[in-house]
Amino acid sequence: MASIEQQAKAKKDGEIRYLTPLNIETSKQKKYCRFKKSGIKYIDYKDPDFLMKLVNEQGKLLPRRLTGTSLKYQRKVAQAVKRARHLALMPYVGDMLK
Amino acid sequence: MNHYETVFILNPVLSETQIEETVKKFEDFLIKNGAKMVSKENWGLKKLAYPIQHKKSGFYHLFEFIVDGSVITPYELEFIRDERIMRFLTVKLDKHAIAWAEKRRTKLKVNA
Repeated sequence: MASIEQQAKAKKDGEIRYLTPLNIETSKQKKYCRFKKSGIKYIDYKDPDFLMKLVNEQGKLLPRRLTGTSLKYQRKVAQAVKRARHLALMPYVGDMLK
Repeated sequence: MNHYETVFILNPVLSETQIEETVKKFEDFLIKNGAKMVSKENWGLKKLAYPIQHKKSGFYHLFEFIVDGSVITPYELEFIRDERIMRFLTVKLDKHAIAWAEKRRTKLKVNA
């Protein structure tokens, strides 16, 4: 009888008990902006090899949430990629680019 | 006076003399309008990332120059009217871009 009483009391207190301790990774490596870190001020549209790093295998721009680029430089990246595409240095659409 | 750069793609079917002639034409046009040429680059025949006018390659050239902004409109009009030009892009350079262009030029000079 006593154990049931104890359990009822515990429920009232709102105590949560886990069968196994939770194992969630909380300290992930922080992303950083590669342009800020290495001090690049201008992103050249004439260098398609470098711009290929910022594009997925279909030739689409990679989002900031994946690359970690800051907003200021993401805008410049987008501009440079679009210029490179216009000059046929990079494809508008591609497949298996990487 | 602003700092500009132009990349243009010439038709690959042209002969060497025709290419020289075309490049000279645009250079003369700029100089005639009071431009100061900073550098000229010839990238040679390059493969295009996608076909333009059913061609898979083209001759790339790069001009860097300082000129008054009012010259750019007639200058680009010349590009549009010329059938030998397949693509062109004129870009105004800011201070970071000018610094980068200078660095790029010295790097190319060292490699050459």
